[in-house]
Amino acid sequence: MSLVRPAGEHGLLVETGSLAASHRLDALLRAERPAEVEEIVPGPETVLVVARGGGQSRLRARLAELADLASAGGDSPALSEKVVTIPVVYDGADLPSVAAETGLTVPEVIARHTGTELVAGWLGFAPGFAYLTGLDPVLHVPRLTTPRTSVPAGSVAIAGPYAAVYPTASPGGWRLLGRTSLRVWDVHADPPSLLPPGTRVRFEAT
Amino acid sequence: MIEVLAPGPYATVQDLGRPGYAHLGVPRSGAADAAGLRLANRLVGNPEGSAGLELTFGGARLRFLSGAWIAVTGAACPLTVVSGTGAHGMAVPFWLPPGAELRVGAPAAGLRTYVAVRGGIDVEPVLGSRSTDSLSGLGPEPLRAGTRLPVGATGALAPIRADHASAGALPPPVLRVLAGPRDDWFAPGALAGLCARPYEVTQDSNRVGVRLRGTALEWARRGELPSEGVVTGAIQVPPSGQPIVFLADHPPTGGYPVIGVVLDADLPVAAQARPGDALTFRLVRR
Repeated sequence: MSLVRPAGEHGLLVETGSLAASHRLDALLRAERPAEVEEIVPGPETVLVVARGGGQSRLRARLAELADLASAGGDSPALSEKVVTIPVVYDGADLPSVAAETGLTVPEVIARHTGTELVAGWLGFAPGFAYLTGLDPVLHVPRLTTPRTSVPAGSVAIAGPYAAVYPTASPGGWRLLGRTSLRVWDVHADPPSLLPPGTRVRFEAT
Repeated sequence: MIEVLAPGPYATVQDLGRPGYAHLGVPRSGAADAAGLRLANRLVGNPEGSAGLELTFGGARLRFLSGAWIAVTGAACPLTVVSGTGAHGMAVPFWLPPGAELRVGAPAAGLRTYVAVRGGIDVEPVLGSRSTDSLSGLGPEPLRAGTRLPVGATGALAPIRADHASAGALPPPVLRVLAGPRDDWFAPGALAGLCARPYEVTQDSNRVGVRLRGTALEWARRGELPSEGVVTGAIQVPPSGQPIVFLADHPPTGGYPVIGVVLDADLPVAAQARPGDALTFRLVRR
């Protein structure tokens, strides 16, 4: 039985226990999309649902059902069919230090970074900033002790178990491997993000 | 068109924000005291969600290049129309002739003042909203001296029906709280501690959140809470134990536990609290 925790008058925080279950619940909810639902926010072990208006207890019961379904796994769709390929010029400022820390050569770092399929886990930190999961464990390096005051949009970076593409210029402490010309975030596009939760992603050296 | 002669300490364009994008990392944003903006809009016959101005500590001077009906709500400020009709009250629609300058003084109490103009502020929307999001930078820049703000068309609007809304007494500085979702992350007695005595609003409060100083709320667990979605009004408690009440520009996800959530009806109280003010939490049941 999945736990649904109330979060104020309009929020219900569903404990899914895993990112895969969060993605399955997210997909189920978006397919069903009850009218009163305003936000569906998947996280590593939860999905927050914000719904205004009445019917909270009915929604809560339905969420518990769907969460059980999502936790059971099965064949419910979780990830995008399409794989977003992100072309990267590997000339990042931290490429040499990442190579040194991991005991790899620079070409080996690039091979590891392009060698696995990643999945957009959830977004946060900035609009369009997707935490990409599934990074090769050899590349798990700490972030910089002193963040940079400005990282350009399109910077391709890693930190801890995650990879990311900076959607806009911002301060940041992630380790820079390169840059992409692909616009992962565009407020004039619909949807504005190429990397919503559950999107399959692959980096490609150009 | 409105020309900003002086914005005061901090002023932005705000409507009711951009819901529906939290999963893409986009804060909801919108007026911090949404009830204040809604009232100002109603007074000039606008839809409640039209964009208006949110002033912080008043202090603005605005020139209305075309004539306009406006209404001012929220933290009460002295209002003067230069070379026009003199002093004006809060929460009442009034006409500014073309070229008139509105001077907004400093509020004696409260923090945020709303100026609605009939027709609404018609800057370019971003993701469906004209709000300045101070956290992510989405929406128009904060107002500066020289900023020009277009005003929307008024032809299709309902007539102005109200001539005055009671500004009323300031509500008591009490925030009613529903427990959770992570009250079990805390040491026993933390919820009681939250409500035991008033907290002081600190200087670093802003549109993201009201940062408080007072009884420290101790975690019962160590380690990290995986990042999870948070709602407006959430009382997030970082390791320092000092709570933060999330306002309109709060990040859509957070990694610190939320001990409780402030009722919607009391969010304006939080949004109007200024540094040095005292706020008391009161636990309510669902």
